[in-house]
Amino acid sequence: MDEKEKNTGIKLEYEIIKDDFSRAGEASSNIKRVLRQLGIDSSVIRKTAIATYEAEINVVIHSEGGKMVVNIEPDKIEITAKDNGPGIKDIDQAMQKGFSTASQKVRELGFGAGMGLPNMKRSCDEFYIESEFGKGTTVKMIFKL
Amino acid sequence: MKEYWHSVDLEKEKCNGCTICLRRCPTEAIRIRDGKAKIIKERCIDCGECIRVCPYHAKKAFADDLSSIEKYKFKIALVSLPLYGQFKLNKDINRVFNCFYELGFDMVYDVAFAADIATSLQSDILKNNSTKPLIATLCPAIIRLIQIRFPSLIDHIINIESPMEIAARLAKEKASKEYCLNINDIGAFYMTQCPAKITSIKKPLGIKKSYVDGAIPIKSIYTKLIKIYDEVKKDDKIQQASGDGIGWARVGGQSFSLDMDKYLAVDGIENVINVLEEIELGKLNNIDFFEGYACVTGCVGGPLNVENPFVAKNRIRQLSQKYGKRSLEKEDVNKLIKDVDIEWTEEIEPLSILKLDQNIEKAIEKMELIEKIDKQLPGIDCGCCGAPNCHAMAEDVVKGTACLEDCIVMLRKKADK
Repeated sequence: MDEKEKNTGIKLEYEIIKDDFSRAGEASSNIKRVLRQLGIDSSVIRKTAIATYEAEINVVIHSEGGKMVVNIEPDKIEITAKDNGPGIKDIDQAMQKGFSTASQKVRELGFGAGMGLPNMKRSCDEFYIESEFGKGTTVKMIFKL
Repeated sequence: MKEYWHSVDLEKEKCNGCTICLRRCPTEAIRIRDGKAKIIKERCIDCGECIRVCPYHAKKAFADDLSSIEKYKFKIALVSLPLYGQFKLNKDINRVFNCFYELGFDMVYDVAFAADIATSLQSDILKNNSTKPLIATLCPAIIRLIQIRFPSLIDHIINIESPMEIAARLAKEKASKEYCLNINDIGAFYMTQCPAKITSIKKPLGIKKSYVDGAIPIKSIYTKLIKIYDEVKKDDKIQQASGDGIGWARVGGQSFSLDMDKYLAVDGIENVINVLEEIELGKLNNIDFFEGYACVTGCVGGPLNVENPFVAKNRIRQLSQKYGKRSLEKEDVNKLIKDVDIEWTEEIEPLSILKLDQNIEKAIEKMELIEKIDKQLPGIDCGCCGAPNCHAMAEDVVKGTACLEDCIVMLRKKADK
C-alpha cells in the first residue's frame, strides 16, 4: 500500500512550439479536461487554466520553444514550463505588471501586455522562476488541492 | 440533486447504427451498442444536433401533441419567436396567430412581446454589472453545457426568466383575471422549435416548476396552420411585439435589442464551446454580453422548425425592421410584471458528470489507465467500436462499459498474433 501511495500521481507532457499561435491554448484546454475528469474544484480548474495558458503563450512568444509538464497528485497540481532560451535579463523587472519585451507585431495580435508572469503568480499558490540569460527560463507553479 | 431528464429520444427500429450522430454529439453522449445508438442521459444537453443530422430520422423529441390540450378547461397557445420566421412574408403573422383559435385554443399570447419585457429587464442588469461578460439565458442547451463543461461560468449567467416563461405567467394571470378561472384549469402550451425548450419545461433550471404545461413542435402544427389560414374568421390583435422582441429569434437579436456595443453573438454548439473556453481563460473580459445558441442562426435554426434556418433568419431581420424599435417604458414593464416572478429562485448547480471517481486518488489511477489505453488504440477515431473517438473508448474501457476487443484494429492485431 505504501508503495502505491507514492505512485498516486499523473504526469502530462506538452511540447510547445515557438511562434505557433494557432496551437497556443491546446495544452491548457487539455489540462482543463483532465482536471475536470478528476473532479477538481471548478475555481481551481479555472486558475490552473489561466496560468497554464499564460505560460504557454509566453513560451510561444518569447522563447525558442519548450515544454510543459504537469504533475497531478491528490493534494496538489505542479506545473513546470521550461523553454530553450533566450532567458530573462532581469527577473524582478519581468515580474512587474505591464513590463514587456514583446515586439510591436506581437502586441498588435493582442498579446504582450506585460501581465503574463504577474497573472501566473497571482493564480497559483507557489511560484518559482529561474532563468539564465542566453540559456532559458523555467517557471514552476503549484496549486494546492 | 434532481434526476436528469432529457427530451431527445431514439426510435430504435429506424436506427441503423451508423456513426453520424455519434461523432457530432458535442458532449460525447452517444454510444452505439448492439447496432443501435444509445443516449447516455446524464450527458445529453438536448441540443438536438443528433435529430438534425440523423439521415434515418431515428432521433426525435418527447413532445406533446394537440390532443393533450384537452386536459385543460382553458387553453393558451404561446406562439414562439421562431414561428415568426416560418411563413412567407405575404402571410399576415397576426392572422397566423389567429389560426390557433381554430386549433382549439382559447387564448393566444405573443412570446416575442415577453422578449420586449426581457429586453428591458436585461438592460437594467447589464447597466449595474461588474461580471464580464454576462451570459444570456435564452438557449437552455447552452446553460446545460455550462453546468457540465464550464461550471466556473455559472456566475456569469443572467438570472432572469426566458421570454417563454414570462409569457406563460403573464398569459395565465390575464386569463385567470379576465375569465375568473382557477390557475389549475389553465393550460399553457409552447409552440417549440427545439428539444431543449421541452426539457426546460419538464425539468426547469433556476425555478421549481415551469408555468408552461406542455410543448408542441412547430413542425407538427405547421401544415394545419397553412390549411386554416385562408378560412380563419377571428381577427384579434395578438401580435404585440416590437421589432426588437421579434429579433430575439435570431442570433445577435438580443444584443441588437439591448443596443450593445461590446458583445459576442455566437451560433452553433461547437463555436459556442470555443468561445466559452476563451471566456473561462479570461481572454474576453472586455466583452459585456455574450449570447450563445446551440443552433446555427439561433432559435430559428431549431431542429423542430420547418423553414430553412437561413431563410427564416432573413425573414426575422425583415420583420424586425418592419415592426421597428420601440422600447417599453420602465413604468409599463413594472406594471406588467408586478404580480409575477421573473427572477430565478433556485441556484444553478454544476453537474460533475465527467468525474471519473469520487475519490481523487482513484480518479488519478483511472486517468493514468485511460492515458495508457489511449496510447495503445489506433487513434483513427473511426467510431466502429461504438464510442465517438479513441479517447472516449479508452474511458469506456476503464469504466467497464466497453472492452478492448470492441476495437476492430485491436481485434485484428490480436488475431494476427
